[in-house]
Amino acid sequence: MTTKKNNTIKLKFDSARNLAPAPESKSAAKINPRYDLFINGKFEKPQSRKYFDTINPATEEKLSEVAEANQADVNNAVKAARGAYDKTWKKMPAKERAKYIYRIARMIQERAREFAIIETLDGGKPIRESRDFDVPTAANHFFYYAGWADKLEYAFPNRTAAPLGVAGQIIPWNFPLLMAAWKIAPALATGNTVVLKPAETTPLTALKLAEIIQEADLPPGVVNIITGAGATGAAIVDHADINKIAFTGSTDVGKIIQRAIAGTNKKATLELGGKAANIIFDDAPLDQAVEGVINGIFFNQGHVCCAGSRLYVQESVYKIVLQKLKDRLETLIVGDPMDKNTDIGAINSREQMNQIHKYLKIGQAEGAEMYQPGGTLPKKGFYCQPTIFTNVAQSSRISQEEIFGPVLTIQTFRTDDEVIEKANNTPYGLSAGVWTDKGSKIFNMTTKLRAGVVWANTFNKFDPTSPFGGYKESGYGREGGLHGLNAYVNLV
Amino acid sequence: MATKTTIKKSTIKFNGNGTTNHLSENRIEVLKTYKIYIGGQFPRTESGRYYVATNNRNEKLANVCLGSRKDFRDAMVAARGAFGGWSGRAAFNRGQILYRIAEMLEGRKSQFIEELIKQDSTKVQAEAEVNLAIDRLIYYSGWCDKFQQLFSAVNPVASSHFNFSVPEPMGVVAAIAPQNNSLIGLVSVIAPIIAGGNTCVVLASNSKPLCAVTFAEVLNSSDLPGGVVNILTGKVSELVPFFADHMDVNATIYCGSDIATQTMIKEKAAANVKRVLIYDKQNWTAAEAQSPYFIMDLQEIKTTWHPVEHIGGAKSGY
Amino acid sequence: MINTKIIPDFALSPHVDQVGIEERASRFTKRSIKNETKINGLKLALNMIDLTTLEGKDTDGKVKQLCYKAQHLMDTYPGLPTVAAVCVYPSMVKVAKTALGDSGVKVASVSTAFPSGQAPRDVKIRDTKFAVDQGADEIDMVISRGKFLQGEYNFVFDEIAAIKEACGDARLKVILETGELVTYDKVRRASDIAMYAGADFIKTSTGKIAPAATMPVTLVMLEAIRDFYYKTGKRIAMKPAGGISKSKLALHYLVMLNEVLGEEWMNNHWFRFGASSLANDILMQLMKQKTGVYQSPDYFSLD
Repeated sequence: MTTKKNNTIKLKFDSARNLAPAPESKSAAKINPRYDLFINGKFEKPQSRKYFDTINPATEEKLSEVAEANQADVNNAVKAARGAYDKTWKKMPAKERAKYIYRIARMIQERAREFAIIETLDGGKPIRESRDFDVPTAANHFFYYAGWADKLEYAFPNRTAAPLGVAGQIIPWNFPLLMAAWKIAPALATGNTVVLKPAETTPLTALKLAEIIQEADLPPGVVNIITGAGATGAAIVDHADINKIAFTGSTDVGKIIQRAIAGTNKKATLELGGKAANIIFDDAPLDQAVEGVINGIFFNQGHVCCAGSRLYVQESVYKIVLQKLKDRLETLIVGDPMDKNTDIGAINSREQMNQIHKYLKIGQAEGAEMYQPGGTLPKKGFYCQPTIFTNVAQSSRISQEEIFGPVLTIQTFRTDDEVIEKANNTPYGLSAGVWTDKGSKIFNMTTKLRAGVVWANTFNKFDPTSPFGGYKESGYGREGGLHGLNAYVNLV
Repeated sequence: MATKTTIKKSTIKFNGNGTTNHLSENRIEVLKTYKIYIGGQFPRTESGRYYVATNNRNEKLANVCLGSRKDFRDAMVAARGAFGGWSGRAAFNRGQILYRIAEMLEGRKSQFIEELIKQDSTKVQAEAEVNLAIDRLIYYSGWCDKFQQLFSAVNPVASSHFNFSVPEPMGVVAAIAPQNNSLIGLVSVIAPIIAGGNTCVVLASNSKPLCAVTFAEVLNSSDLPGGVVNILTGKVSELVPFFADHMDVNATIYCGSDIATQTMIKEKAAANVKRVLIYDKQNWTAAEAQSPYFIMDLQEIKTTWHPVEHIGGAKSGY
Repeated sequence: MINTKIIPDFALSPHVDQVGIEERASRFTKRSIKNETKINGLKLALNMIDLTTLEGKDTDGKVKQLCYKAQHLMDTYPGLPTVAAVCVYPSMVKVAKTALGDSGVKVASVSTAFPSGQAPRDVKIRDTKFAVDQGADEIDMVISRGKFLQGEYNFVFDEIAAIKEACGDARLKVILETGELVTYDKVRRASDIAMYAGADFIKTSTGKIAPAATMPVTLVMLEAIRDFYYKTGKRIAMKPAGGISKSKLALHYLVMLNEVLGEEWMNNHWFRFGASSLANDILMQLMKQKTGVYQSPDYFSLD
């Protein structure tokens, strides 16, 4: 690969990438050879009698097989959820409901290491991230919403919040446990019962969560976790006895769901795709901005709907920012997700890897200049080097379409007006980033950027108290914080 | 269709100077042309079509524009163009303008009462409806700079960041106004839209369009920037698909109970993940028909993060 | 020795976001350094130490002992390097120089009215020249923090340039005393002034003020060095001093150095630890790696 150097001065980082292996141990986690469906408090064999494999994307080895829920299984799960809603959950005093949710939070904390290992094995994300981000944040989410259960009368001025009933929840493969927490915790706190389907490539931590829910003695049927692929999801969406659909995933599927429930009274929250602009002004703290760009696009292999995938750099600092970015790229360690030093783990699936590679080809065909750091990738498993594209136009497909991988496009801008216009020039509106040392400019930018989350002088920060969700085609409804309660209540 | 005309003679008693009154016996009354309202202008429909608005007594009230999809398209351009300015106004200023609309409506009360009576209301009903409409505008005027405080949050995140969530307008709202309650329904739909900083294109009641057009005249004389509210008249069944599938609409409101239409709107809305609001069981004259939750229906929540520096004594070492 | 023709306006030095830099610094501590990487790292860290004694009660005897230790860290463990330098007051330079002989261990001397720097410039110059005349290979000067905080950047710049001249062939380390500058923005500005004025090293602290070296403050200075290198092509060395007494922390610093400036800085010409008790902790860790048994301080000489 040839790359034009914009400066003869180049730092060397080979030794920074070549550290002795520091693998996390697999033995601290127990994975069953087979998992059934968690319905009505018990693990039940599927009516479908079918199972499918879940593999480790880092090695392509089979980890376990999980049940494939069909229509009859979905019926059973919804029936269990409805029964639990009518008979126990909606009648239970809110403070008791809270205690169950607290219990789940605590048990996740207790088994944090096991969750982290399974999350990394099943999904390919670096163990450092599952250990330091996914698992603790998931536990914190349960802890936060548990406390809301008996305080809902303070949440909505002049209104009483009533639960909706049974919530059907479909979650993606990028943050499997965390997304389960984002869905289940507020639903339970507001008095709903749940049928949750994890993504087919990453079902294991959700099933582990089912074990915890069982251990926590949650009344049977309050949470049902069933596995399967698109057809299972569709059966949940279409089920007549479900009152609410909560979906996180692609915008395409989100639109299908919106159409599918058009003739019903189901409420929905959709957390869909994104193509976030991350904007660096010339007065920004550049080293921190570069680090924010790195976290923005390479966190979780770029499998992040709010990833800062479009970088806009003010022309006066473009050269230096690019140089810093390229040097920083050299120190990213790509490889075995179980190694504690890995920064970029495995791409979640072969399908997703092909998708990313397709866009790398498109980008090159469009005349963009591709840069990848040195270093080699493991022979087996699904991997992709962190990639930046320069010489990108606003009309390039790589700067318009969500790639969902470690691929950054870089464009330059001259004025504030120009960058606001370019940043908002997208059907998406999930997140945005802005880097400048000037306070008044920050507030102008954060106001004008049409996105649900705006990070100023930081990026990819999440917290249970902080609402998350998009504008425009990035979906509707918020998850997290006070505003996240809205998604699961009727106000009367 | 045989329609009796009621426009021969004014039903309003003039209380002005005697000369005018005296001469009115022989005077030919100037009839009002009911036009649509787009971008602060009163064009005729580009389609050149019209329909005859009648009342229950089958009396002809007026020729009314039969708005077309191109009118809607033009109105959308105006609404989008006005969004940046309107959403960027100080909330206090929006409150003042809503108050000004109420003032203007108050001043032209008699005209609205007259139109409502023509459209089958009793005098008592008509007066009540106009009064309620004025009061509702005042109500939402007051909310303009308050709902944000009620529905915002400073979120106590665990990291060293200042984090807050505030409502922001969704953008351009396409609304099908209620068919009945042609004034209070219209006002109840428009007020929360614009109080929250959105702009809109509204399709007025098909059967009772007069007040909507006159209300547009009120808007036009109220310091409301052109394009913030655009009002079309026409057939719901003809225009509703465009209200639902136009890719630049951020939210669609449907105030009707037709299930097939509701479903169609929701399906088409998916093309760009529009927010859809169905107000089908709303009694627009009831107290519950006004609340800040109507404003919040058309708001997005934006969350902003920024680092918080801790230097020196607040932390051991730095 | 100033490579650049144009001296920048130091009031315009880049700003540093505190939360961001601390996040970045803590990220280095997440690296898990194992096996041969750890052993190599520990040996390298030993070799980067400026073994230091800077006390009013220092005597010839104390300095001689320290110099022996510098060359014989642990003779029962073959293949260990020496430390990089012994760091003493000017009055002890001659003793140290004689004791170290041709071992290759450098003699560093603090000067310029260390640690406060509150003396007239001619006194500081004489202090420096004395140390150099006595045989110091390296001079650790302190900047005039009072003047710096007053915004008298030209004064600080000129003073560093004057001391640099007085150093002759000795390499100049410029101590910013970051604990007195307080904010990262000021640390960055002082780093820029020192480098443009001719510093060979920039150094965090005297060891007399808390906080001394921290990872984030060192990171700010490493990034300043990187920007200077990008601009001028000239390498500047870095010395965090004070507060680094554990080998694990030293390894974190090396990870940071390696990922910010790269492998060309990974030697004692371009990086030093100013420390007195770090050496023994590293020795204990090396013994633990070798024997697999956790160690006791009683088995490691205190000097």
